Amino acid sequence: MTHWLTPRNVVVAGLLLFLALVPAYVAVTGNAFLMTLFTRIVILAIAATSLNLILGYGGMVSFGHAVYLGVGGYAVGILAYEGIASGLVQWPVAIAVSALLALIVGALSLRTRGVYFIMITLAFAQLVYYFGVGLDRYGADDGLTVYRRSQFGDLVNLSNRTVFYYLCLLLLVGTIYLVWRLINSRFGMVVQGARSNDRRMRAIGFPTYRYRLTCFVIAGALCGLAGALLANHTGFISPATMHWTRSGDLIVMVVLGGMASAFGPLIGAVTLLVLEELLPVLIRLLASGVVEPQVAVKVAEYWQVVLGPLFLLVVLFARGGINGLLEGTRRG
Amino acid sequence: MLLFLEQCLNGLQFGLLLFLLAAGLTLVFGIMDMVNLAHGSLYMVGAYFAATFVALTDSFLIGAILALGATILVGMAVEVVALRRLYGRDHLDHVLGTFGLILFFNEAVRIVWGPAGLTLRLPDWLNTSVRVLPGLDYPTYRIAIIVTALLVALFLYVLVMRTRIGMLIRAGATNREMTGALGVNINLLYTLVFGLGAALAALAGLMQAPIQTVQIGMGENILILAFVVIIIGGIGSIRGAFIAAIMVGLIDTIGRAFLPDILRLMLSSRSASTVAPALSSMLIYLVMAIVLVVRPAGLFPVAGK
Repeated sequence: MTHWLTPRNVVVAGLLLFLALVPAYVAVTGNAFLMTLFTRIVILAIAATSLNLILGYGGMVSFGHAVYLGVGGYAVGILAYEGIASGLVQWPVAIAVSALLALIVGALSLRTRGVYFIMITLAFAQLVYYFGVGLDRYGADDGLTVYRRSQFGDLVNLSNRTVFYYLCLLLLVGTIYLVWRLINSRFGMVVQGARSNDRRMRAIGFPTYRYRLTCFVIAGALCGLAGALLANHTGFISPATMHWTRSGDLIVMVVLGGMASAFGPLIGAVTLLVLEELLPVLIRLLASGVVEPQVAVKVAEYWQVVLGPLFLLVVLFARGGINGLLEGTRRG
Repeated sequence: MLLFLEQCLNGLQFGLLLFLLAAGLTLVFGIMDMVNLAHGSLYMVGAYFAATFVALTDSFLIGAILALGATILVGMAVEVVALRRLYGRDHLDHVLGTFGLILFFNEAVRIVWGPAGLTLRLPDWLNTSVRVLPGLDYPTYRIAIIVTALLVALFLYVLVMRTRIGMLIRAGATNREMTGALGVNINLLYTLVFGLGAALAALAGLMQAPIQTVQIGMGENILILAFVVIIIGGIGSIRGAFIAAIMVGLIDTIGRAFLPDILRLMLSSRSASTVAPALSSMLIYLVMAIVLVVRPAGLFPVAGK
């Protein structure tokens, strides 16, 4: 083992410290937008971490992971709509329904390999997406408003934004820890072995299908929890949450941050979402040096034209994502 | 009965359109082993070019030909600048890189043409209908689409199976290194194949343009359908893509046309009109899931893939 004071560890520690201090900063400056942004970032980081479990460590490229965000969110939204506001019911149901869906999708999808796996997970995601569009009673295409955050009695009050933020952060750290423990257990070794060489793993006697399926279900359940948080955060859930481009965003977070690394998805989620906020500002500042301010504002609206090629550059030149850049070429 | 026949023709027309898109996708996939999500962007760009050039030249045919040429150039440029570097990489890298290209193209189109959609007006000589059967008039333009797509399918078959270029394409798909070692310029071949794929996507886009509005993101939903088609058909198989495309086109169109009536028997008419389109969209993915469960490599698997 090398010294613990590596660039990556410093960045991760700094990032965690920063996330822990966001509410304090918001309390001082009164910048509520920052709180909303970072709550969203933390929630999506949970989703990205769950995707990393199957995509990074398990080599299962699921192109439909946002569906579990939607299913978890709808579980909360629908129960609230039907008058069951207790989080002690809503959240376990969100997790259980997501796990069940992942069990069905995984059981069928894991029979295929490679691109077929990518596409069949996408197909199931589309299936659920259109199911959401057809949910006539619960708003169909327009979505469902969640008027009340999940109720936990005297335990915690989620309507308090600071409390809710810290709960999300706690769950994020818990998720990262859980995934890390899983990956370093015997179970995780089998899943990673199946990624490297499935045939050899089966030859030495591991029923890899069952291991991979279990892994897939755990990832779905964790993402369902993130979905329940997201519905509470935005107070709204619609099929758009499950659109395939949202699944693409989750993949981007994982790969951008660094696949198969504990903190990679968190780094990726922070980078992507902060970049989405900062790029327009940056472009406006750069452009206002060259052209008139009004034109600069217009130019900044086209920030996605920069973001897209940026993904391409990451794919081409930073194979381990940001985490890989920080670690150097350790893994080769 | 006549209504059913008409819907079948609509399904066939939509299926053939999907085939044009899927054929390009499956060629690129089968030969370069490349997942190209940006294929839908070429479809969109083709439609935008067509709307622009038709308005400029005042002629549907000249505009269409110019649009084809322009999209081929865009496609080849993308291949040379970006995609060429992704061959031989992981499929995940393809997904991510071309996902970035989608964002780029959507935004680039917004910059060039603005956020509002365009319309492409049909010329008068196509804006008529033909009596297909007694009591059944069918739009000439849709028949033109069917005929064009069938001709393209035939052309593709002859090109791939009966010409020297097709032989090189198939050889390159089977063994890239060996074909290169025998003195074939693989890079040029790949760029040409990509150009061919772009041409097919543009053709689909410009033919669809008069039926729907030309708008940003129009390529994304149909791209997913095209992926469904090549997965059902078996990746790399043009024959599979042809059969699967017609199947998907028919299921989609007939589902959309008749499910509302069937559902109205069970639900209120308002719910039926929400549920039916969703259900018919689900139907396609359901078919795909069943096909993959029964035959994990599609209906017509290509050996060695």
